[in-house]
Amino acid sequence: MKEDGTLFPSSSRLAEINSMENQDTKPKIECKGLWKIFGPNPTKIVNDWDDYKDLSKTELVKKTSCVVGVRNINLSVRTGEIFVIMGLSGSGKSTLLRCINLLHKPTAGSVVIDGEDITKLSTASLRNLRRQKIGMVFQHFALLPHRRVIDNVAYGLEVRGIDKNKRYEKAREMLELVGLQGWERQFPHELSGGMQQRVGLARALATNPEILLMDEAFSALDPLIRRQMQDEFIRLLKVVNKTIVFVTHDLHEALRIATKIAIMRAGVVEQIGTPAEIVLNPKTTYVAEFVKDLPKAKFVTAGDIMEPAEKWTMPVNSTVDQIINKMDIEGLWYAYVVDEHQRIKGVIDYRNLSNGNGKLREDMIEGSYPSKSQQTFLEELIKMAAKTSIPIAITDDSNRLVGVVTRERLLSTLSS
Amino acid sequence: MNQVTFPVRIPVGHWAEIAITWLTDNFESAFDGVSKAVNLLLVNIDHFFNWVPWPIMIAVISGIGWLLAGKRTAIFTAISLFLLGSFNLWPEGMSTLALVTTSVFISVVLGLPLGILAAKNNKFDLFLRPILDGMQTIPSFVYLIPAIMLFGIGNVPGVMATVVFSLPPMVRLTNLGIRQVDAEVVEAGMAFGSTPWQLLMKIQLPLALPAIMTGVNQTVMMALSMVVVAAMIGAGGLGYKILYSIQRVNLAVGVEAGLGILFIAMVLDRILQGITKHQEKAIFKEQ
Ligand SMILES: Nc1ncnc2c1ncn2[C@@H]1O[C@H](COP(=O)(O)OP(=O)(O)OP(=O)(O)O)[C@@H](O)[C@H]1O
Ligand SMILES: [Mg+2]
Repeated sequence: MKEDGTLFPSSSRLAEINSMENQDTKPKIECKGLWKIFGPNPTKIVNDWDDYKDLSKTELVKKTSCVVGVRNINLSVRTGEIFVIMGLSGSGKSTLLRCINLLHKPTAGSVVIDGEDITKLSTASLRNLRRQKIGMVFQHFALLPHRRVIDNVAYGLEVRGIDKNKRYEKAREMLELVGLQGWERQFPHELSGGMQQRVGLARALATNPEILLMDEAFSALDPLIRRQMQDEFIRLLKVVNKTIVFVTHDLHEALRIATKIAIMRAGVVEQIGTPAEIVLNPKTTYVAEFVKDLPKAKFVTAGDIMEPAEKWTMPVNSTVDQIINKMDIEGLWYAYVVDEHQRIKGVIDYRNLSNGNGKLREDMIEGSYPSKSQQTFLEELIKMAAKTSIPIAITDDSNRLVGVVTRERLLSTLSS
Repeated sequence: MNQVTFPVRIPVGHWAEIAITWLTDNFESAFDGVSKAVNLLLVNIDHFFNWVPWPIMIAVISGIGWLLAGKRTAIFTAISLFLLGSFNLWPEGMSTLALVTTSVFISVVLGLPLGILAAKNNKFDLFLRPILDGMQTIPSFVYLIPAIMLFGIGNVPGVMATVVFSLPPMVRLTNLGIRQVDAEVVEAGMAFGSTPWQLLMKIQLPLALPAIMTGVNQTVMMALSMVVVAAMIGAGGLGYKILYSIQRVNLAVGVEAGLGILFIAMVLDRILQGITKHQEKAIFKEQ
């Protein structure tokens, strides 16, 4: 068998994914050269950054009374993506999130939503954008303390002028979704922190926005509900094709829910990538330090490390000689037989093949073989690989072979 | 006494005279209009308070006290007002109450929007601050003179002087109350696309209400403290009784009228504090 030894996912496969995504979806949200400096005369800091770049945070405050919120951020979020902003406390996550709906007015740069630079919008258009397109969950909940739970949830609809019955109906639906039916008449302070957070979630969902900005939206939930929210809720959002920007300081949460992660440090983005890219190919020492102790098996999926299917694929109408020949060249002990639609018919063992010009016989094809989907975490694959020496077939929903994961691949990934 | 000579004499007093004269000359009809409107308001409230038979008045005010501040305040109110009547000062008491009500009404109507504006606009706040300080620290006697020049003698300049003195806490506490509202809550309002008006009516004012009610309370107390001063330029009521007692050195009348003002002040204070607590409870129902 051929030993590959390179780190996965291979750059070619990544390029493939990227080009695929490029075709599929235009960016929903883009930040271009985005800066947010707090303090007096912030534009001066942006313009003369070279003069300030060597100062520490405290030195900068002393000298200019300014604090860097975020600095020169460039990122792009596609429709349906769950884009996670990750970083330690004070790294600028909330600041970046607030720039996206202009709760913070950027000091420099632009925020583009659906191709439109929203920093140039009139007050009325911006208001409309916030009403129709963007929902937000706040880090400290920010519920309206003088309003009952139901009026909190219905707030976004209320300011749009939706009549009471309709907005209450929708609000009840949302409260049910987050598991708070029966709490409509309570005031926020009568609820626990976790429950208040869910009210905040329901409020953001009630207006059915295309974009959800979530600032540590699960942080106050107890572990059980938190897991449940991460799994169910995020999956739900994926299905309805919402675009989510999610802030967290919890790397495990980030890896669990993200399609893309941006790691922030001191106001700058250190690296943007898929969870697997971040874990497997950290670009800076800071990111490397961050992911050092992560159990990769929990966050890397079969799709991230599988080898391309072609090498392992044998058309069902090949002759035995053709197959032996190909397996010799590739150095394979096993190969997958597929029909004309790439659907797997079974696996063949090199040792069971006898020379001959004849067609492949049914008895040479073994019908039981290990297979998993691309989303399977390595954890699962390891369990499977322990039981069989047959390379694991990675299949799509219609049992088509899309890739193969060998024991060697698994081991080299986990040990790197 | 030594004659001290300064190189210049800056005639500020003279300028002020010119300014007020100019105002009266050029805006006479405007001041007349204001004067008539205020007078109408005051006279009607005064008539009404004096028209209502005293047992009903005591019952109503105590009832309000009960609703807003509880049983003890209600009993306290009933006793205080009864004592006021027993001093033979009921009509004067009602006139003073009318004067205070009118002044406070005007102060709230002016102070609330000014406070809101100051909360929303830092420049306006900075501009307003020294003026408010001035209104409160310059001895109230000083602006009796322009009040007379602009509005003549009688109840109206009394109300106006009272408004000048009692307006600042209303503006200040409205301003403070709105600024104190949790920034993230306001941001939440904006994030969901509230208009500034919606933000004000649905979030900022309701949450500033306890502070605003404290402002109203202080305004009432300020207004009460002005009734004697206002009497000097022709306002009636208990203030006039006290002025009279000073002029005649009549201790008995002075003590009774003074106690009368005290009773009214304590009753109003208790009831208004009751409202404030009530509001706070409605908003932050912790206890
Ligand atoms: N309104 C503000 N005025 C001045 N400085 C601010 C303001 N908001 C944030 N900052 C500063 O910007 C920096 C980034 O803050 P930010 O709230 O974005 O951090 P964060 O990553 O969300 O942290 P946390 O995880 O603690 O919420 C901090 O140094 C903070 O002091
Ligand atoms: Mg934050």
